Amino acid sequence: MKAIAMQSAPMARTQAHWLWLAPLVLLIALLAGTAIGETAIPVDTILKVLANHLLGANYAVDRIDAGIIWNYRLSRAIVAACCGTALALAGVVLQALLRNPLADPYLMGISAGASTGAVAVTVAGLGAGAFTLSAGAFAGAGLAFGLVVLLAHAASSGTGGGRSTQAAGAIILAGIAGSQLFNALTAFIITKSASAEQARGIMFWLLGNLSGVRWADVMIALPAALGGLLICLWHRRALDAFTFGADSAASMGIAVRPTRGLLIIAVALVTAIMVSMVGAIGFVGLVIPHAMRFIVGTQHTRLVPASALAGAVFLIGSDILSRILVPGQVLPIGVITSLIGAPAFALILVRGTRNR
Amino acid sequence: MKLTAQQLGWSVHGRTLLEDVCLDVAPGQTFGLIGPNGSGKTTLLRLLAGLNKPKTGRVHINDRSIAKMRQRHIAQSIALVEQQAETTDRIHVRQVVGLGRTPFLSALRPWSAQDDAIVDQALSDVDMAHMADRLWHTLSGGERQRVHIARALAQQPKILLLDEPTNHLDIRHQLSILELVRQLPITVVISLHDLNQAMECDRIGVMDGGRLIASGQPHDVLTTERLQETFGVYAHVLDDPIDGKRIMRFRSAV
Repeated sequence: MKAIAMQSAPMARTQAHWLWLAPLVLLIALLAGTAIGETAIPVDTILKVLANHLLGANYAVDRIDAGIIWNYRLSRAIVAACCGTALALAGVVLQALLRNPLADPYLMGISAGASTGAVAVTVAGLGAGAFTLSAGAFAGAGLAFGLVVLLAHAASSGTGGGRSTQAAGAIILAGIAGSQLFNALTAFIITKSASAEQARGIMFWLLGNLSGVRWADVMIALPAALGGLLICLWHRRALDAFTFGADSAASMGIAVRPTRGLLIIAVALVTAIMVSMVGAIGFVGLVIPHAMRFIVGTQHTRLVPASALAGAVFLIGSDILSRILVPGQVLPIGVITSLIGAPAFALILVRGTRNR
Repeated sequence: MKLTAQQLGWSVHGRTLLEDVCLDVAPGQTFGLIGPNGSGKTTLLRLLAGLNKPKTGRVHINDRSIAKMRQRHIAQSIALVEQQAETTDRIHVRQVVGLGRTPFLSALRPWSAQDDAIVDQALSDVDMAHMADRLWHTLSGGERQRVHIARALAQQPKILLLDEPTNHLDIRHQLSILELVRQLPITVVISLHDLNQAMECDRIGVMDGGRLIASGQPHDVLTTERLQETFGVYAHVLDDPIDGKRIMRFRSAV
């Protein structure tokens, strides 16, 4: 019994560390995201503005500075954090459930569907101006996801639902087919009716664009990201139980179909919300979970919060870089995430194999 | 716990894999399942574990139908060791065995020192305590098999289903696992390929073509005629001069 107590103690201690550190790291990242930009704003000004808004204080601050901080940068940093959390969690869940290390949030045709929806609204004028680009993207993402799920269901139902590896494979293949279909539709609409200007605008949006983000977006992104985090935390043991596949999970008491269905629909919904808001930011959902597995291990009790935090910080950092890297110009954030993500991923791959 | 199955049937794509299997395993008994490749042993174990819903028939534990039970409650009574369950995750042996506690944990019932003790016991039961901190992918096939059995033991099942658990094991660990399984005070259904090992079970059942064609005491079931008919081998049954038990000597394929 003594040995047992000694083994479990350090584990509990590291978890306690995490709990305290996480909000602090996130807070610092948010402050940095608000402070750094084309016009650098000192931290004390930021704190004063925050105090004015949150605590009802009455510090004298430059009104333009206050406007930039509150209406522009802070909301932007919060949405970036929510987006990073959501995408990283979607990656964690899909990689765990589908037992495929290449699974990412866009696996199920969500980004392809979103771009088709966005293009249909902005270029083809579908809905006659009643829909915004975001609404169109969300509808497109939902449609594509629905199609992929139907296809996957049709492809795997013949096996009687028992052979889980086939079901997971069917989802991946259906996702590829669905993505290709919607990418083709997007290309079709663009070549048929878009002007060069429109095409460029859409291209920019697709690679990720946080510049239009305001507080209204925070009100959607924050509940979505927190909801996703809570669902993942609640099902952390179920996610662990999938380590040896769905059959093994079932034999350990997981109701595989309802659990898998709920988790996949939840992360797809959250991903669709984020994509329709800021475009398809790549690589976050793929790299962050792998990087965190490397650092905190495979147990979801730690992997879920670690990935959520890392995703948030990573996206805030990428957003800062996208604003300051080229003076006078904002780069698409997806370019930054991929430029950092791809080498980082390669590094993890190489070091991971060397450690074996 | 008593395990019964009535008229179990299962088919995939119109191909019948299991037909009209009736089974009755008394509490504490070790029931051996034998039969040639593709005779339906794995399918039967999957239905007994509730992984597949039978197309026909029912499975009962202590006269309660598992079709009406939640998966979590089934797993609190029944543990299954599959033939091949692999992962590419960098996971430690102790964590794998810890997965066996899943049906007893929830958001409101977190991991406790008692769970640690159960995991330790399960690890030492299969002689893997010294490898508790090894990574899964560094283990050999036989070591992985023993970890899976430990994982099932950590479930503290009342009924243990084992699908060819002695595959990949060296002879020493084959014998020690079988010895462990026989000593467990729980109901065990175990599928085996080694017919001499099957002789040690309390009762055995012979599967062929998706049907349970015979069941009973090992020496009543495993006759030379049965070996020739079902397993396609000529064999002689001999008496072991050391302990007087019966052993089979296989001569040639039919």
